[in-house]
Amino acid sequence: MGKRVLVIEDEPNISEALRFILTRNGWMVEVNADGHAALDKLAVDPPDLLILDLMLPDIHGFEILRRLRAGTRTSDLPVLMLTAKGQSADRAQAERLGVTRFMTKPFANADVLAAVHEMAGT
Amino acid sequence: MPTSRPSLTGTRIRARRNLRGMRQADLARAVGVSPSYLNLIEHNRRKVGATLLASLAEALGVSVDALTDDVDGKLVAGARAAAQRSEARAQELERIEEFTGRFPGWAGVLAETQARVERLERVVEQLNDRMTHDPYMGEALHEIISAVTSVQSTASILSESGAIEPEWQARFHHNILQDSTRLADGAVALVNYLDSEKIEETGLAAPQEEVEAWLERHGFHLPDIEGGAPDARAMVRGQAELASEASRLLAQQWIARFAADAAALPMAPLMQALTREGLAPEVLASAFGVPFDQVLRRLALLPAPALAQAGLPPMGLVICDLSGTLLFRRPVEGFALPRFGGACPLWPLYQALITPYRPIRRALVTAGQAGRRVMAYAYASHPAPPGLDAPMIVQSTMLIAADAVPGPYSPQPVGASCRTCAQAACPARREPSILSSVGDGLA
Repeated sequence: MGKRVLVIEDEPNISEALRFILTRNGWMVEVNADGHAALDKLAVDPPDLLILDLMLPDIHGFEILRRLRAGTRTSDLPVLMLTAKGQSADRAQAERLGVTRFMTKPFANADVLAAVHEMAGT
Repeated sequence: MPTSRPSLTGTRIRARRNLRGMRQADLARAVGVSPSYLNLIEHNRRKVGATLLASLAEALGVSVDALTDDVDGKLVAGARAAAQRSEARAQELERIEEFTGRFPGWAGVLAETQARVERLERVVEQLNDRMTHDPYMGEALHEIISAVTSVQSTASILSESGAIEPEWQARFHHNILQDSTRLADGAVALVNYLDSEKIEETGLAAPQEEVEAWLERHGFHLPDIEGGAPDARAMVRGQAELASEASRLLAQQWIARFAADAAALPMAPLMQALTREGLAPEVLASAFGVPFDQVLRRLALLPAPALAQAGLPPMGLVICDLSGTLLFRRPVEGFALPRFGGACPLWPLYQALITPYRPIRRALVTAGQAGRRVMAYAYASHPAPPGLDAPMIVQSTMLIAADAVPGPYSPQPVGASCRTCAQAACPARREPSILSSVGDGLA
């Protein structure tokens, strides 16, 4: 069975593209556009890897990351942050909060696949 | 900055003479004085009469103005501003007038460069403010980047993934069409927004900006509000700047407020009081029996000629609510106001929110722009009576009187916003400045 990845992304066409390329690559993909619902899910059943958008309608990606790092089951969860906000201040803030990888949008599919493989150690 | 300085006419005469390669004795002979007397003049130890000055100017082939102080006043100010920015040594600052006297050409270049730096800093402030705090711009850019991301990722799948099930293929084609349409719409909207000419036509500017643009065209004075209840609806009808319904509604609200201010502080007795008392809002509030912030609003929206006639400086005004959001801005030269929120927390505008109904007066000096000094008056109050169970609504008003700081006040350094403020080691700094050589440390 492939490794599990959760994608928290509110842009449906982006999450659909991510779902496709990751599934084809052997991942079991789950997508969630709702940050709070995703947090609840992560707390009880964390995946092997999380792809996290920064600008979500209900909760900021930084807040999700902060809560994950404070949680016992998610403190070490590999998190790839994908964001349209590529300013150095955002990158620095993400790193302070414990992000594993930080990538800016638009991204190349191959780069995302390379990043998740590296993070998952596969 | 000193209010008076020794005459440097002699220094300039010497500089001009040297430029022409004339000997002191030759110039003295040409104007009919002894060389020793000219020597005293050139070392600024004797004043020069108008007749002798005219003779000297003629002999040196320059205008009288070129030898007098006035023509160099701006040079000295510009050179001093440039020197202060670069942290010149104190002893060199003391010789700045000698420098401008001896090298007026170079001083001119320095003053011009300094003025250009200040102009560019203002542009940087405005652009940065727009990029940082403009909610429409941020949203539009985010929308465009999201659409680009989706198109790129999906197109890449279609071109690189080999055989794709027809169902997925159809779905991706649909997504690309959807996102390319979104991208085109977003780009057009952004271009319209950035095109200042179209901002008025399309109503894409924030309503507050439209109102301010309209008031600016009227010099921030509406004669119709003087003496009687104005027809606010008629006043906003057909005004080019008020392109949206929201801005017209907002303008009507401000007209009502300003008309109430004008009724409480009628023009004729107000001007008499101002001429008599000078800039003393607390005296005016007491004399007219009105709230302090009403005086501040009224003063900032008086016609410029009337202010000048009363010997008062140009005035700016800014009003914010309890969230710090700027509700109204009347800019004044030399004191930058951010387009949206995110202003300097050291402004008395915000300090007043802590102590409503207590007038505040503070001398301020702006950081980074040659230290412009202003006097600020601030006051916070409830715009409407607070209800028992309702949240408290507070608005703060700050009047900014340009160049109106009397001697004894030690001004508080302030900025426009942290990103464009050159004030080092500020305890209230939220983020590092984008201007060079500012302290990195956040409080």
